[in-house]
Amino acid sequence: MTREGNQHDEISYLRVQGRYRGIFAWIFSTDHKRIGLLYLYSIMTFFLVGATLGLLMKLELIAPGKTVMEAQTYNGFFTFHGVIMIFLIIIPGLPATFGNFLLPIMIGAKDVAFPRLNLLSWWIYVFGALLALSSQFMGDGPPDTGWTFYAPYSFKTTTNMLPAVMGAFVLGFSSILTGLNFIVTIHRMRAPGMTWLKMPLFPWTLYGTGWIQLLATPVVGITLLMVAAERILNIGFFDPSMGGDPILYQHLFWIYSHPAVYIMILPAMGAISEIIPTFARKSIFGYRAIVLSTLAIAFVGYFVWGHHMFTSGMSGTALYTFSILTFFVAIPSAIKVFNWVSTMHAGSIHAEPPFYWAASFIFVFMIGGLTGLVLGSLATNVHVHDTQFVVAHFHYVMFGGVGFAFMAAIHYWFPKIYGRMYDKGMAKTGWLIFFIGFNTLYLPMFYLGIRGMPRRYFDYLEEFHGPNIISTIGAVVLIAGLFMILSNLIVSARKGEKASGNPWKGNTLEWKIPSPPPPENFEETPVITRGPYDFN
Amino acid sequence: MYSSTGIDASNFVSGVDTAFMVILGIAFFFLISITATMIYFIIRYNKKRNPIAKQIKGSTKLEIIWTIIPTILVMVMFYFGWAGWRPMQNPPENALEIETTARMWSFNFKYPNGRITDTLYVPQDQPVKLNLFSLDVIHSLYIPAFRVKQDMVPGKENQFMWFTPRSLGDYDLFCAEYCGLQHSYMYSGVRVLPREEFDKWYSDTSRVVSTAGAAPEMKGLQILRINGCNACHSTDGSKLLGPSYRGSFGATRIVETDGEKREIIVDEEYIRRSIYEPNSDIVEGYSSGLMLSYKDLISEEEIEDIILYIKSLND
Ligand code: HEC
Ligand SMILES: [Cu+2]
Repeated sequence: MTREGNQHDEISYLRVQGRYRGIFAWIFSTDHKRIGLLYLYSIMTFFLVGATLGLLMKLELIAPGKTVMEAQTYNGFFTFHGVIMIFLIIIPGLPATFGNFLLPIMIGAKDVAFPRLNLLSWWIYVFGALLALSSQFMGDGPPDTGWTFYAPYSFKTTTNMLPAVMGAFVLGFSSILTGLNFIVTIHRMRAPGMTWLKMPLFPWTLYGTGWIQLLATPVVGITLLMVAAERILNIGFFDPSMGGDPILYQHLFWIYSHPAVYIMILPAMGAISEIIPTFARKSIFGYRAIVLSTLAIAFVGYFVWGHHMFTSGMSGTALYTFSILTFFVAIPSAIKVFNWVSTMHAGSIHAEPPFYWAASFIFVFMIGGLTGLVLGSLATNVHVHDTQFVVAHFHYVMFGGVGFAFMAAIHYWFPKIYGRMYDKGMAKTGWLIFFIGFNTLYLPMFYLGIRGMPRRYFDYLEEFHGPNIISTIGAVVLIAGLFMILSNLIVSARKGEKASGNPWKGNTLEWKIPSPPPPENFEETPVITRGPYDFN
Repeated sequence: MYSSTGIDASNFVSGVDTAFMVILGIAFFFLISITATMIYFIIRYNKKRNPIAKQIKGSTKLEIIWTIIPTILVMVMFYFGWAGWRPMQNPPENALEIETTARMWSFNFKYPNGRITDTLYVPQDQPVKLNLFSLDVIHSLYIPAFRVKQDMVPGKENQFMWFTPRSLGDYDLFCAEYCGLQHSYMYSGVRVLPREEFDKWYSDTSRVVSTAGAAPEMKGLQILRINGCNACHSTDGSKLLGPSYRGSFGATRIVETDGEKREIIVDEEYIRRSIYEPNSDIVEGYSSGLMLSYKDLISEEEIEDIILYIKSLND
């Protein structure tokens, strides 16, 4: 941490001396800011593991036949890559890191409603993560089922899938507790004068996410328990040879896992809604429309899970109901895009690194969303379901959407968190390399999917070779950009130039206090009289 | 546009491709126009050109417009997707019905006259209905050129897919649902033949294509290929999911029978039992439940050929 390098006059949350010392001052801290950073460091560590697995898989796919690993290893890698990226990174992602750090500050509170519970969530997260990781090293080999654990394959495989399932189960509790904590915090702890419609948009999206975490996560908890029970006790919920139904598993799994996509993307949209106004020096366009669309996405998102199962043989009525609902979720997302772009209109745009990330977020998120329409439509879904097209699509949404927003967020709030500024030139170069690598990696996969190459393929026919080479090159470029970005941030957290309290001229509450913030955030509770984006 | 064949390979291609065109057309239009607008704003309203921002907080009129337009467009897209998909649900009465079975990691196709193949042969312009069965885990039958895909869920009744092949030629057929180790090798092909040629092929009901003039044990190899045995058993001594055939005949094995370990010698009887009741003796170091019984698929005579072939691997 940046203790030594910090010479601010006021004691910041980074330097304050509590009951414990050294690392214990962090892992036992109930300060929401320190907890936010604990999540940040854990998530970044896992992310490096997940990204390495991704790169290795891409290297394997550079040519047909075996290149760098065996089929079994490959199948284990994509399972582990998926479990890490989804359960350990994107789901906690923005809410647990920036949500924890910023939610209380942005609504003018000293901490979240239940600080101890908050620390407990992090501990549960670590425990769940270790459990999931243990599946790699114990028993009969790493699980090879894919992160979806589809029955009945997940019961037939001889690999060690139980710890991974239990890990995901435990991680669910961490998510539920964080969601609960945020909902209560938002209801009870807003500063005097901060009416609902004076609340900034990032807290609004955390609110929407909180409800999804609270209501949807228990379903996956139960499902995962059923999987465990099935595997240990041979009950037969999902095993057709014992009268069970494998399709039931898919329903239960996606009832959670689809809304989970919105757990991931809503806070990302929230962060973008903070960043664009600040760098355009202009009020957000259509505040109410953005709030409403957030709630609409959180709500309609519950009812579209069936679009993962269009080819599984559901009834026709179910199919087109799910199809049309899926199309409806696209509308609030489109509204947000229109509002973000309109915010730039007539602004005074300061093209700093966070703005680069935010603008490119809009671009990649649009590609992710628009290709989602191809998947929501019945006829086209049948053709590209379970192909590389789907893989490209959700990487544009998850990695492009959530990932770019995360990068935007870290570059935006970095000076607030560490009280230091990174090298902006290097940040922009890193962004450019990353952006080029990202698109080179995933665009060819859309093409491959439309041509008919299935996903989760260790090997492929010669006819698919060309685009796979391009895609692998993209992966290498992306990783190079990532290294540049991360090394810039890591070095600057200790050695960067000092940053003022409000380096970007932002207008929300976090910019009204010193950087890094004092332990209690505010010397006296702020009273809110203006909207969050009133720039004059 | 993106058809791997460039032609109407099946009756569904035009409906599905129309939906693709409509959706991708709308998608490209929005992607390009919004991105261009954004870049224009970034340049036009740069802090140098526009030092003071004009505070505009929104416009109800615009919000309404950009809610209504996407709503209409998604309905249009939904319609085309539905229209291209609906005929897939209604197979015609006169379809040629083929019983299609998937297992780890092969497909086989059984025709009404009893003929079984591992490649799908179909006559041009004849509606074909595949009745789908899976013996172990979920597989998914996917013929990209025909734009059809259907999951094959074990234990589920009335699963089917149908299509009318329109153009002669060979097409890829893949398993699209991840099904374990050899998933990416679980593919086969579709061969669309002119009517007369198909009839000629069809009337040859010997279940195995005779390799005329070849040694009798080669018939055994054919049978192994057609039944997908080689996904789990190698012929070169290497260990896959099951033991290799090479050197197995006459070898001693430790097997587990009803939980008891015992030693046996691989002979004709053991091979027969391994094929009909694979899980009664489990070879040490291999898992039970992977290999399924081939009781109704492989006849006693065919087993004789298989044994001949396995023996031939010993010299
Ligand atoms: C899904 C994988 C799989 C497929 C497909 C498969 N087997 Fe097996 N086979 C196994 C496994 C695993 C074993 C060892 C466990 C056991 O004894 O059941 C085995 C054992 C055997 C044995 C005993 C081998 C020995 O050396 O002891 C024979 C013979 C055999 N299989 C023949 C066949 C034939 C013939 C076919 C095709 C009709 C076939 N298998 C298809 C997995 C498979
Ligand atoms: Cu399969």
